[in-house]
Amino acid sequence: MRVVWSLLLVGALALVGFFGAQAGGQALFGIVLPYLAMAVFLVGIAVRVVGWARSPVPFRITTTCGQERSLAWIKASPLDNPSTGLGAAARVLLEVLTFRSLFRNNRSELRDGGRFTVSADKWLWAAALAFHYSFLVVFLRHYRFFAEPVPAVVAWIQGLDGFFQVGLPVVYVTDIVLVVALGYLLWRRLADPRLRYISLPADYFPLALLLGIALSGVLLRYVSKADVVAVKELAIGLVSLHPTVPQGIDPLVFAHIFLVSVLLTYFPFSKLVHMAGVFLSPTRNLANDNRMRRHINPWNPPIVGHTYAEWEHEFHDKLVASGIPLDEE
Amino acid sequence: MPEKTRDELVRIDYTPPRRDWSDPAIDFEARKGTWSYPAAAKNLRYLGFPNPRDWSPTDEDWQLPENWQQVIHDGLAERLTKYRSLKLFLDVCVRCGACADKCHFYLGSGDPKNMPVLRAELLRSVYRNDFTTAGKILGRVAGARKLTPAVLKEWFYYFYQCTECRRCSVFCPYGIDTAEITMLARELLNLVGLNINWVMEPVANCDRTGNHLGIQPHTFKDNIEFLVDELEETTGVRVNPSINRKGAEVLFIVPSADFFAEPGIYTFMGYLLLLHSLGLDYTLSAYASEGGNFGLFTSHDTIKRLNYKIYHEAKRLGVKWILGGECGHMWRVMHQYMDTMNGPADFLEAPVSPFTGTAFTNAASTKMVHICEFTADLIKHGKLNLDPTRNDHLRVTFHDSCNPARAMGILEEPRYVLRSVVNNFFEMPENTIREQTFCCGGGAGLGNDENMEMRLRGGLPRANAVRFVHEKHAVNRLACICAIDRATLSTLMEYWVPEVDVSGVHELVGNALVLEGEKPRTTDLRGKPLAARKGDADA
Ligand code: HEM
Ligand code: SF4
Ligand code: SF4
Repeated sequence: MRVVWSLLLVGALALVGFFGAQAGGQALFGIVLPYLAMAVFLVGIAVRVVGWARSPVPFRITTTCGQERSLAWIKASPLDNPSTGLGAAARVLLEVLTFRSLFRNNRSELRDGGRFTVSADKWLWAAALAFHYSFLVVFLRHYRFFAEPVPAVVAWIQGLDGFFQVGLPVVYVTDIVLVVALGYLLWRRLADPRLRYISLPADYFPLALLLGIALSGVLLRYVSKADVVAVKELAIGLVSLHPTVPQGIDPLVFAHIFLVSVLLTYFPFSKLVHMAGVFLSPTRNLANDNRMRRHINPWNPPIVGHTYAEWEHEFHDKLVASGIPLDEE
Repeated sequence: MPEKTRDELVRIDYTPPRRDWSDPAIDFEARKGTWSYPAAAKNLRYLGFPNPRDWSPTDEDWQLPENWQQVIHDGLAERLTKYRSLKLFLDVCVRCGACADKCHFYLGSGDPKNMPVLRAELLRSVYRNDFTTAGKILGRVAGARKLTPAVLKEWFYYFYQCTECRRCSVFCPYGIDTAEITMLARELLNLVGLNINWVMEPVANCDRTGNHLGIQPHTFKDNIEFLVDELEETTGVRVNPSINRKGAEVLFIVPSADFFAEPGIYTFMGYLLLLHSLGLDYTLSAYASEGGNFGLFTSHDTIKRLNYKIYHEAKRLGVKWILGGECGHMWRVMHQYMDTMNGPADFLEAPVSPFTGTAFTNAASTKMVHICEFTADLIKHGKLNLDPTRNDHLRVTFHDSCNPARAMGILEEPRYVLRSVVNNFFEMPENTIREQTFCCGGGAGLGNDENMEMRLRGGLPRANAVRFVHEKHAVNRLACICAIDRATLSTLMEYWVPEVDVSGVHELVGNALVLEGEKPRTTDLRGKPLAARKGDADA
């Protein structure tokens, strides 16, 4: 049910963009809402990150996934158990670029007779990586709308992406990968009873929204073949802060842009903030050098335990009787 | 032992209920065997903790303070400003489910709320309701829940059904550490007087007498003398540990179970033989007679309160550095909290082994060395005379305890020591050891009798891996470097793999260690006969 509602909601949003623009809301959907969305996104993310950063890290609690650095002749794991800041930085970087922890994923299953088997399970990792990277490439490719002349890097990515030269216009590999990966991520949430059980509306909605954005984009490029010159004029107007709405823009473009605006607005209030949070995770971005360097807790409370003197006072006679030395001796 | 048979326990249904998880209803009566008894009022009173009373989870009315919702709300607000980890972990989870089947309690019970993601979601849903924009506006649609008495009861049930083992955090793409969430959730529960006796009694004892078991100094001394006598009988050598001796070079801290109960006492005997054979100038302390720290399962303030004694005593005795015995959660505290909480230990010296000259640079600030690091270094430098054939009656595997593995990364040191003192060593399957090790199922204060069914369930994945090496390699000894493990794994083995006994690593060191002036050994430290040796028949 949750997934149906999410899909319906995204469909309705697309229709709002589509018909809203036709009903004279071109400036609203093409200019005002994108600007608002961008502002909410930037301010929202900043507020989130500052919010996290303002809470201190009182203890250095890393998750060590390899050998510590101890004796010189024992080989330590510099990435999985970094003892330096550099190692920790590399750990986070690999986490961000390759989803390294997710790569560890395995599946435990109970067999007859009460035996567990553990097998590698890389599907989530592969789909997650496929989705994020194709999203990134699609995102970068959009620069061609925002910049004149098109930067060389963007043209290069574009060329690489359309390498197979199938179809007219050329089909981008990432368009397919993006839709397929999102489809898989959505499917697994429904197919696996355990995942269905833990999934909230807030898990289906972003997938549906991203799927809506990707599909409306695909329609624009391959089916309705929108007027790129007009779209580019709109886009450059937006980034140069001289927004205009040129004539002849396909209403589908407004649907697409409206969905992106919704994504931007939704982003800072949702789990999508993992994009920023992953860099700040204390279990990953700290070095396991606890015994080498003292970590300072800015709010270390002034707690004093049961002191020796109090203890000796209470057990004085027993200490004397059993010949355990007192403090004076 | 629970009423259920092994066959009944392994019939686990992983199908989630039809009912949405956000509507809680726990029948404590029907779930006896899977929760722990509440803390006795006297322990809370002694410690000055809120809301001491007699109550049971099966009661309808838990006798909470009038304003309990406010207390928890304020407590959570305070902790959000104090712990970045908490805030971040509550915000970034994407419910990808990678952590789901990594928790031994989920694997052993099939209860979906034992998936780490849902365990955290129990708190996260309330956080959304009280602290996030989306939750305040959208309510349930955004996954927000009000903190009702039923939700609170569910917290009590599931946050005392997490052993804080941190296995889930190894697999999470954001490193979300559900153990940290459990720890802070337990802090909140403590604010309204929801705690368990198996945690609070040791805490109260430790505060007063110096150790969890409440052993007073004269009994402490008697116990140690008893073990010294036993050792003399087995080895013919009389060791002479000192207690509360000022001016010793090293203060030796061990978990109290090691000098009090089987099988820990054999590990303790191993320590005594080792330190005696070296002639280390060390002392034990009757005041700081506990390395363990059940504050870890209570609140950060309690960790600090109990841990205070360690540096306080080291300073009083005037030692140079501290050596620590085999214990998991003790080392989590010593490694990750002690220096920050009670340091700097500038009255101590950076530890150096007097026998090899090795400087333990990895402990330069905390000044506390793990005995496996210490012993591995000795063996590497050929300082110990070892006869591994004295362990030939044993076929040994090694259980990485959660905290040494996932909070320190002390993986190779104990293996190096083991390989040097036993001839038959076998690893359990790869996904069940090192950083992926499975919990004993009874840590974090859950190792009590009333919680037995849950312990056996939670311990099932570990027991399974032991059974695998038992069947494949005839393994009959499970070595570990944790005092809680030595107790809980023994129970676990008795139920699931009765052919296997549990011991510490230094018990096996003690078996193999050849001492000056010793008599020919016919038994190991447990008094069990050694395997027949080739040379013996000739003689
Ligand atoms: C530094 C950048 C980012 C990193 C390292 C990152 C990493 C991850 C990882 C490891 C997952 C879990 C695997 C999965 O469930 O697919 C995930 C999930 C997800 N990410 Fe990202 N992400 C980043 C940026 C983004 C951005 C910019 C978006 C969207 C606009 C996004 C959308 C999602 C979504 C929707 C999911 C959930 C997928 C599902 O429900 O199965 N991520 N991310
Ligand atoms: S692995 Fe991490 S992000 Fe994924 S569901 Fe578990 S806690 Fe959430
Ligand atoms: S810390 Fe361990 S017991 Fe707790 S949720 Fe994670 S895997 Fe389960």
